[in-house]
Amino acid sequence: MLKFVKQHMETMEGVANYPMVSLLIFFVFFVLLFWWVLTASKEHIKEMEEMPLEDNDQPQNTTL
Amino acid sequence: MNMEIQQFRYDNKIVQKFLYATLFWGVVGMAVGLLLAFLFLFPNLTEGIPWLSVGRLRPLHTNAVIFAFVGNAIFAGVYYSSQRLLKARMYSDFLSKFNFWGWQAIIVAAAISFPLGHTSSKEYAELEWPIDILLTLVWVAFGWNLIGTMLKRRQRHLYVALWFYLSTFITVAVLHIFNNLAIPVSAMKSYTVYAGVQDALVQWWYGHNAVAFFLTTPFLGLMYYFVPKAANRPIYSYRLSIIHFWSLIFIYIWAGPHHLLYSSLPDWAQNLGVAFSVMLLAPSWGGMINGLLTLRGVWDKVRSDATLKFMVVAITGYGMATFEGPMLSLKNVNAIAHFSDWIIAHVHVGALAWNGFLTFGMIYWMVPKLFKTELYSKGLANFHFWIGTLGIVLYTLPLYVAGFTQALMWEDFNPDGTLVYGNFMETVQRIIPMYWMRAIGGSMYIVGVFVMLYNVARTVKLGSKVEDELAEAPALARVSKRRLAGETFHGWLERKPVQLAILATFAILVGGIVQIVPTIMVKSNIPTISSVKPYTPLELEGRDLYVREGCVGCHSQMVRPFRGEVERYGEYSKAGEFVYDHPFLWGSKRTGPDLLRVGGKYSDSWHLNHMLDPQAISTGSIMPSYPWLVRDRHDRSNIQTKMRAMVRLGVPYTDQEIENAHELMDQQARQIEENLYEDPEFQRTYEADRQYAQENGMDFVDMRDREIVALIAYLQRLGTDIKIKVPEPSISEGTD
Repeated sequence: MLKFVKQHMETMEGVANYPMVSLLIFFVFFVLLFWWVLTASKEHIKEMEEMPLEDNDQPQNTTL
Repeated sequence: MNMEIQQFRYDNKIVQKFLYATLFWGVVGMAVGLLLAFLFLFPNLTEGIPWLSVGRLRPLHTNAVIFAFVGNAIFAGVYYSSQRLLKARMYSDFLSKFNFWGWQAIIVAAAISFPLGHTSSKEYAELEWPIDILLTLVWVAFGWNLIGTMLKRRQRHLYVALWFYLSTFITVAVLHIFNNLAIPVSAMKSYTVYAGVQDALVQWWYGHNAVAFFLTTPFLGLMYYFVPKAANRPIYSYRLSIIHFWSLIFIYIWAGPHHLLYSSLPDWAQNLGVAFSVMLLAPSWGGMINGLLTLRGVWDKVRSDATLKFMVVAITGYGMATFEGPMLSLKNVNAIAHFSDWIIAHVHVGALAWNGFLTFGMIYWMVPKLFKTELYSKGLANFHFWIGTLGIVLYTLPLYVAGFTQALMWEDFNPDGTLVYGNFMETVQRIIPMYWMRAIGGSMYIVGVFVMLYNVARTVKLGSKVEDELAEAPALARVSKRRLAGETFHGWLERKPVQLAILATFAILVGGIVQIVPTIMVKSNIPTISSVKPYTPLELEGRDLYVREGCVGCHSQMVRPFRGEVERYGEYSKAGEFVYDHPFLWGSKRTGPDLLRVGGKYSDSWHLNHMLDPQAISTGSIMPSYPWLVRDRHDRSNIQTKMRAMVRLGVPYTDQEIENAHELMDQQARQIEENLYEDPEFQRTYEADRQYAQENGMDFVDMRDREIVALIAYLQRLGTDIKIKVPEPSISEGTD
């Protein structure tokens, strides 16, 4: 089955750019990741981490 | 803003069902494992019963533990925690039920088809194509149900556990589909579309990431929910969990080629795999530390609470396995560990400690909650913990020793340049005591599971079933699709399941694309060898028998370029030798010797006698006998269909060869029969058998029509193609 598509890419143009492109993707990925995490607000993090602890098995008596 | 309080009911029934299935299949999967452990000590324990032979049971054990035990545990935990984290009942009761019964149907189909010898031989993806299709449907139902629940949730943001579940769904779907692309040749037989090196790369991209996205990410999600629950305090660092999630899923997918170091895979792909495997240490340990530090300040609770004990050992096991993983992917360490029992020890640290113990911890926590009662006996739970922990130690430590011992023996040379242990059997005999200890450790572990079973049954009896639990939460008010004022990008992403899913998909696809596409598309990665020719029809049939019996479970077909291996087996493997192999059969464990160069090494009658009674031919062998191969007629009925399927995959059989397939088979079979006749002992017993059959009016299958003849044809062909002398330079580089 693969033989049908194989010939089209037999000689990959610019395959030498592959390593550089992967390195860039990798680098940018982690820069963005740390940027997201470091800019997250304290309140938001607090709200998120409390989520599993809400005892939501019992009907809550919250009146709003 | 509308803040009306809505009442709804959590579906506890589906959680209970998955929980019972986890317990049931856990016992089955581990019992099969224990039987295998004893077959290493008493190879003929199940003598003459094809469906209980080692090669067919091995995939049953691995699949039962991974997909039946761990799989059901994942669903139980995901269905319990997702409903509560999303403050909503599961999206559709029908999909929940379909997920449950469909999954059990797949397991039953596997439990029947593996012992019957229906296997694709690709590790952890052995299921044949009709079951693969069912698996796809059930998996889609699971994902649909999960995403549907996310969309109707009453909680604004998605907790990190849910991201892990989401990435599990997406990645397993991608892996499963691409690794199982195959051309069916009959109802339960197919050939993978990939050949040789490419098949190996795709398989271990799958195999490694099945470990990552079936045994790890869903369990990390469960850890992020159940450890805070059990410890009653939030996760140590939520920020760390965000980094943990994204870096783990991004890096994991690249690491697959570390399963193929020193093999015929192109070097660049091997090295890329090594680099990413080493990097993987950071997110893995980040996650482990995050889990363990959640218990800071409550370590006193760990002393008294069995649930927390199990979880601490589980997370520690995760830490050990994920430290060992990157070490094993270093080429010099891998050279020793690969193909040896070290790997068996490694995976059992993961399976018994990480998956097993986290599941047990989750069960001990969840069962009293689901049945509104206390656990029947804390003492029994503690007993389970200790016998289980000791079982893990006793299982794994001896196998580490066994791995080292055997690997060092394989490579040991005398001063005169000959192998110290030229007979493979010596290296097997040396580690039998370690196999004994492994069997004892495994027995202890399973005793613990039975104790848990009793404890759970008594707890369920004590409690009351709450199948649809009442809960309340305010309805979720609509907010803008765009980012709110002051909202960070990730804050926005955490309330957008679909966008999060798309980004996660992108993160997991990059690695696969960079590694797999060039290997498949760039011709120069697999230099062709002109003397390598397709298998003859009889050899092809023999190869299918080799696949059926699961020979690949104990015998590799990959001679690494090491002095010890070249001396012991012959010329090291070349990528071009495997171009007609659908599937590749390199194997991952050498319980017996490598078979790549076995062709021509022994006579035909040696092979026949060896299959009948391995211990008589090779003293101390732990290979079981295969009398049915010597007795049963081989199947020639669909050889032409098989050859045509191979042609579609690029194997150059001519029309004439396909047309004459039966004659070609007969010719080659007769030649092997003639060779067998040269042994007077064979002649005597064979003729006696024939006479006995005639006198008693019984059917008699001529030797040339029996399965063993096809298998001998294949074995005698193995690795011989490159020995043929070709006048022109035999290795031609393809164009780049």
